[in-house]
Amino acid sequence: MTTLAVWKFASCDGCQLSLLDCEDELLILADRVRIAHFLEASREVLPGPYDVSLVEGSITTPADAARIEEIRAASGILVTLGACATAGGIQALRNNADVAEFASVVYARPDYLDVLATSTPIAAHVDVDYELHGCPIDKGQLLETLAALLAGRKPDLPAHSVCFDCKQRHHVCVVVARGEPCLGPVTRAGCGAICPALGRGCFGCFGPADSPNGAAEAALLRATGMSGEDIQRFYRTFNVSAYGAAAEEAS
Amino acid sequence: MTHRNDRLIDVRGLARVEGEGAMHVRVRDGAVTDVRLEIYEPPRFFEAFLRGRRHTEPPDITARICGICPVAYQMSACAAIEDACGVTLPAGLADLRRLLYCGEWIESHVLHIYLLHAPDFLGYPSALHLARDRRDLVERGLALKKAGNDLVEVVGGRAVHPVNVRVGGFYRVPRPGDLAPLRERLRVALDQALDTVRWVAGFDFPDFHHDHEMLALVEPGRYAIERGVVATTGGLSFDVSRFEDHVVEEQVPHSTALHARLAGRGHYLTGPAARYTLSSRWLSPLAREAAAAAGLEDQCRNPYRSIVVRAVETVYAVEEAIRLIDSYEPPPIPAVTVPARAGVGRGATEAPRGTLFHRYELDADGLVTSARIVPPTSQNQAAVEDDLARFVAGRLDLTDEHLTAECEQAIRNYDPCISCATHFLDLHVDRG
Repeated sequence: MTTLAVWKFASCDGCQLSLLDCEDELLILADRVRIAHFLEASREVLPGPYDVSLVEGSITTPADAARIEEIRAASGILVTLGACATAGGIQALRNNADVAEFASVVYARPDYLDVLATSTPIAAHVDVDYELHGCPIDKGQLLETLAALLAGRKPDLPAHSVCFDCKQRHHVCVVVARGEPCLGPVTRAGCGAICPALGRGCFGCFGPADSPNGAAEAALLRATGMSGEDIQRFYRTFNVSAYGAAAEEAS
Repeated sequence: MTHRNDRLIDVRGLARVEGEGAMHVRVRDGAVTDVRLEIYEPPRFFEAFLRGRRHTEPPDITARICGICPVAYQMSACAAIEDACGVTLPAGLADLRRLLYCGEWIESHVLHIYLLHAPDFLGYPSALHLARDRRDLVERGLALKKAGNDLVEVVGGRAVHPVNVRVGGFYRVPRPGDLAPLRERLRVALDQALDTVRWVAGFDFPDFHHDHEMLALVEPGRYAIERGVVATTGGLSFDVSRFEDHVVEEQVPHSTALHARLAGRGHYLTGPAARYTLSSRWLSPLAREAAAAAGLEDQCRNPYRSIVVRAVETVYAVEEAIRLIDSYEPPPIPAVTVPARAGVGRGATEAPRGTLFHRYELDADGLVTSARIVPPTSQNQAAVEDDLARFVAGRLDLTDEHLTAECEQAIRNYDPCISCATHFLDLHVDRG
């Protein structure tokens, strides 16, 4: 039986929770795999190696930098879950700042902390086999990935932009119709274009699509009245480090 | 060590207390001399990087503090920013927020009851193990949780980190037709929630009581969820705007989560048992009846019975959601305008695991100049340590392994926002 392990680094737990949120599929999945390590769900911890490891969260401490190496060594296929694991997450906002100053804002005694100056994706430390993007991930993509790995095939994960999904769902374009700023053209599909469905511009939860046209997007955002600073801030949220170059170009 | 007015000690987000922790117990001459609950979760510095963001951004950003209770973060952030900008939401939009929040109470409480807490009482390492023997029970829990998630998805646009919430209201309000299928689902969920109360009421509860002061929002006339004044069982009552006059935070060397205390009074507990103890009379008749049948009195001071309170609150949240859907009329506009202005705003709501306070300072352009977030887990931590000291003192004859398991269960009573609370304890007993 395939053994599955779930690991957490700096994150909000929302991506692992997406597995527990598969209410209709969870017990079926549990019949098909042996859950060997999943602290959010079970006290039982079985020793490795593990066929498939799902990793949530980013690397922000020296101890975690060492721990991910051990997990990689104990794992057959390693899949990263979500914006923290694939792009450093929102906590990567420290990468453009002074982490000591950040710590002093939050803690009276920052010297009690042992943290790295950066928040980095898992792939910056070890080889990663597949990446699920999103803040949070889409549980449909998670199930597709697990089903594919159980069947011994590659998961079908889109790399095109949100605009494709948005059009397929017949949503009215929020930029064209309402002048709302939208990162859809440069953002990876996967969420189901849920924000434009609500009349809201995409804010980039899933990070950059393959080959985004940053210059065209910058012009589009400027046309909605955004300043260079607004654009930078727009990019600098949940996938700040993945959008890094685009944000710099735009400003 | 530190004082509330010292801005350097601001607690940051809840996510830091998710993840791994350790407990150190020192025993000298057969007596427990020190108990420390250590929380290792790496800091993520939300309060630092919120500075410089627009006043419209904290609801989306702070949602990322916790994947289990993002709505609570969005609601407290909205309340605080609207307070800073002098905006009050019209009743229809406020009701819609309450409806969304009911969804989060349902999914979070049911996650905790079925997947995190109940396996302890039944002797299973997980709900998945329980499902091998009693699949029907776990299926009931998952179906009930799904009803909560569906509600968050329909009103909030996504189950984890909803996208439909904004300062001033929503991006789009649901059509009555969107809510009709939900109502049918919630009718079924109500029976499942009542069955859940009966189920957990039958668990074996250790005889353990605390006498901590308890703190929660109260709203005379109805059970407080998304607003209220702060009240304690010790008789304190104050407006949310006075929160920082009464709650002080300290940093301790052994934890990345700050400890909160009531000024001049000491540690306290927030969470479902506190809400129930302060507001049980405002529950619906059906929820009160279920509570009474489950053996709950008007107060709940046995932390093990918190699972029963969560189940009762789930009944209430399902019923309240049905009531709100039945009386729903789409508000004429999805959001009121919240013009930026310089000022300080404070907001508190009842996250599933307790009172969640936010404060933002805005400049005239609407940029955040400082942020402070006081999550329930940091408020509870000192009281939990106190309980653990007494708990361990009565169990020193147990092996370390057995004691660890019992301490884990005891900690889970408080539903700390440690998603991996099912196995987060590394117990060190120094019996020297």
